[in-house]
Amino acid sequence: MERTTLDLWVGIFVVGGIAALVMLAMKVGNLGTYNVSDAYQVHAYFSNIGGLKPKASIKSSGVLVGRVTDISLDMERYEARVTMSLDKRYQFPKDTAAKILTSGLLGEQYIGFDVGGDEAMLKDGDEVKMTQSAVVLEDLIGKFIYSKAEGSTN
Amino acid sequence: MSVKRSIQNIGHRVVSAVWRIGVATRFFLLTLAYSGTSFRRFHLTIKELFSTGVMSLIIIIVAGLFVGMVLGLQGYETLKRYGSESALGVMVALGLVRELGPVVAALLFASRAGSAMTAEIGLMKATEQITAMEMMAVNPIARIVAPRFWAGVISMPLLAAMFSAVGVFGGYFVGVVQIGVDEGSFWSQMQAAVDFREDILNGVIKSFVFGTVVTVIALFEGYDAPPTAEGVSGATTRTVVTSSLAILMLDFILTAIMFRGN
Repeated sequence: MERTTLDLWVGIFVVGGIAALVMLAMKVGNLGTYNVSDAYQVHAYFSNIGGLKPKASIKSSGVLVGRVTDISLDMERYEARVTMSLDKRYQFPKDTAAKILTSGLLGEQYIGFDVGGDEAMLKDGDEVKMTQSAVVLEDLIGKFIYSKAEGSTN
Repeated sequence: MSVKRSIQNIGHRVVSAVWRIGVATRFFLLTLAYSGTSFRRFHLTIKELFSTGVMSLIIIIVAGLFVGMVLGLQGYETLKRYGSESALGVMVALGLVRELGPVVAALLFASRAGSAMTAEIGLMKATEQITAMEMMAVNPIARIVAPRFWAGVISMPLLAAMFSAVGVFGGYFVGVVQIGVDEGSFWSQMQAAVDFREDILNGVIKSFVFGTVVTVIALFEGYDAPPTAEGVSGATTRTVVTSSLAILMLDFILTAIMFRGN
């Protein structure tokens, strides 16, 4: 089959389109940076998750180690059950504490891991026992007003 | 009496519109059924890829660059008020990948390539080239319509991807190079916020759907045009209007399905 300049132009067009897609995937999207294929699942119960959402990041010492995969209300404990998918490369002791934190003053919420000192490591399906719920601004203000009122009566 | 006449008129128009949709659907299915030729004799499709895809490159790239630059400028002006200029990359990339890339590229494609397809096929019909083909036992749908259809379907997602990619660089140019937003946070926040499957693949699916719809509308209007100069010009106008409206309406439906507020 003879080759024509037309084929060359169409080839350039197709290669350019695929290159744009790859560039979008690698440079704009997160395909190149975070891979969840090698992961293990743990879960934790929080009495209040605040504004935590699925796909929120999980950080230990500020390093991204996993993502929240599922949030549901446990109907026996009436607490939020948060399922987390952690990267296999990172192993944490069994007494690690999970805290819901906020990045910046108005930023999104994420889970921070405070690493404990246990010898045994968290395995797939384990529960993170020690948790700290999200700080809800209304509760804080309520406490503040309550303590103010208490102070003024004395 | 005239009231009765006008009601009859409305009814007649509705019936003929529904009728036309039925014919268009049959035309689409026939195109799919006869598309074997456009792959067996792939040079036919290559030729159409050149005239629809390659010839639309310039307008898509220039438009993408300017849309990205405007997004960078406008986004910066708004985000500055909340002190979150570093989220500029997120705004530009999500806006382009999810919405503006597929939609604006499809609108440009409809007016650049769709109208040309309609006019070409309409003129072929007006000059009785299609009838001549039928006389020679050449199936005009397999020989003329199907290669154009596949060229449109293949080139639309590629054009939309190029539009988004160039647009991101346009936003980068205005935001980082000209205004001076931090380069690291521009890219890293963008990468953290844009998901490959949720955002980029959904954008590709959108542009694929738009490509199919625009090409089918353009080809059908051309094939169905009255074989007169007036008929062809009317069909070309209808192609641009109908496909633009179809793109915008389908975009709403697809967005509602893909991003259900999470």
